[in-house]
Amino acid sequence: MPATLFLPAILAKLADAKQLEVTGATVGELVADVSARYPALEPRLRDASGEPYPYVTFYLNDEDIRFHGGFAATVNEGDELTVVPAIAGG
Amino acid sequence: MVTHSQQPPRDLPALTHEEILRYSRHLILPDVGVEGQRKLKAARVLLIGAGGLGSPLALYLSAAGVGHIGLVDFDIVDLTNLQRQVLHGTSDVGTSKLVSARKRIAEVNPHVELTTYDVPLTSENALGIFKDYDIVVDGTDNFPTRYLVNDACVLLGIPNVYGSIYRFEGQSSVFATKDGPCYRCLYPEPPPPGLVPSCAEGGVLGVLPGLVGTLQATETIKLILGIGESLAGRLLLIDTLGATFRTVKVRKDPNCPACGTRTLTTLIDYEQFCGSPHVGGDQKMSFNIPEITPIDAAARLAKGEIDIIDVREPHELEIAHYPKVTAVPLGLLAAQIAALPRDRDLVLACRTGARSAKAVQQLQAAGFTRVWNLAGGIHRWIDEVDPTQPKY
Repeated sequence: MPATLFLPAILAKLADAKQLEVTGATVGELVADVSARYPALEPRLRDASGEPYPYVTFYLNDEDIRFHGGFAATVNEGDELTVVPAIAGG
Repeated sequence: MVTHSQQPPRDLPALTHEEILRYSRHLILPDVGVEGQRKLKAARVLLIGAGGLGSPLALYLSAAGVGHIGLVDFDIVDLTNLQRQVLHGTSDVGTSKLVSARKRIAEVNPHVELTTYDVPLTSENALGIFKDYDIVVDGTDNFPTRYLVNDACVLLGIPNVYGSIYRFEGQSSVFATKDGPCYRCLYPEPPPPGLVPSCAEGGVLGVLPGLVGTLQATETIKLILGIGESLAGRLLLIDTLGATFRTVKVRKDPNCPACGTRTLTTLIDYEQFCGSPHVGGDQKMSFNIPEITPIDAAARLAKGEIDIIDVREPHELEIAHYPKVTAVPLGLLAAQIAALPRDRDLVLACRTGARSAKAVQQLQAAGFTRVWNLAGGIHRWIDEVDPTQPKY
């Protein structure tokens, strides 16, 4: 399914874009798609075993994927996936 | 005290004639009125940090008539703070932020009772400080203190008004309300030390903490008054460059050790939890990193014995520079490692020595043995070798 991936500035520089069109049936497949195209992004999106980090939250539309099966969460056409890493500045 | 509109009114402090005039624009607001202003006067709000976020928080909550404000900070006003920390002024440089804050808050609203805590917030003192407050507002600049603030708020049942910033983007939410999620529900664990640069390392747009801190002040006032829809259960994402505000859901995690299973019953060692040896965004230096002083480096550089690798970003090199360097921004170091000589003594350098320490670790991990960190970066270089250049 085609979906739109939104990256925060801290990660956007690794893909040269804040917004990307990605394809996959699950969130994990969307992450795999963008990781294949931008290898520098991969270690910031998933760990060595291919799982999400506890300090990088993925939102499919406005829902945290942790409560919808994690990377197995199903993607529908036109969905928006937003990456929200922890930041601590104040 | 925090009250909600559906609860019966309680004994609230009266307003003087001067206060009635001062708060006129609140009093004529239907959702605030005299009772709301008296709730503000009765409220006790603790601000963690008197920096970027703490500045608008302290100014607006004081101006709004919050009766008692607590302020925790142990920092000194630095010239580099003034680009965003509007609580402090040029004449305050070198003095305690708490002294500066007290002066400014008294000028904004002399009715505010201010309690200052000139200490780092720790697992030992947090519960004792927090227990006297209705709301805690998190304006810190590091992960260990954010988890500490969260856990202390959950343990005591005090709402935590959260905000954090990086470069051009910010986040805000309200955690630890009665049935709402907490910071650990959003981020169960912190990133490893060094992965997320601090504002001191990565920079921050000066108005961004103004924007996010003002949102935190707004949420605080809404909680006190019991009006509107709180950000509890939602995370507000602010992108100043895209000029977008977006909210996403934050669900309460039934497995959260703090607010879900409640297996976390006391405060822990947050430095250890976050894997960092020091508190503070700009001070994360690691162990086992060989260092060289600027004076020694300058002498060896003049003899051609070392190469300096400057890992700062290209736009920083225009501000102040080392002589005879190879410029490799930290983010590109991994890609250019193969081109670096292994048979030379390499000195890694940056602005203050934090990024170059990471670069040294990166090269050590790649098998380099002749690598040193330039202690104190270009700041110390300017102090000890080349005072003609500006610090930034």
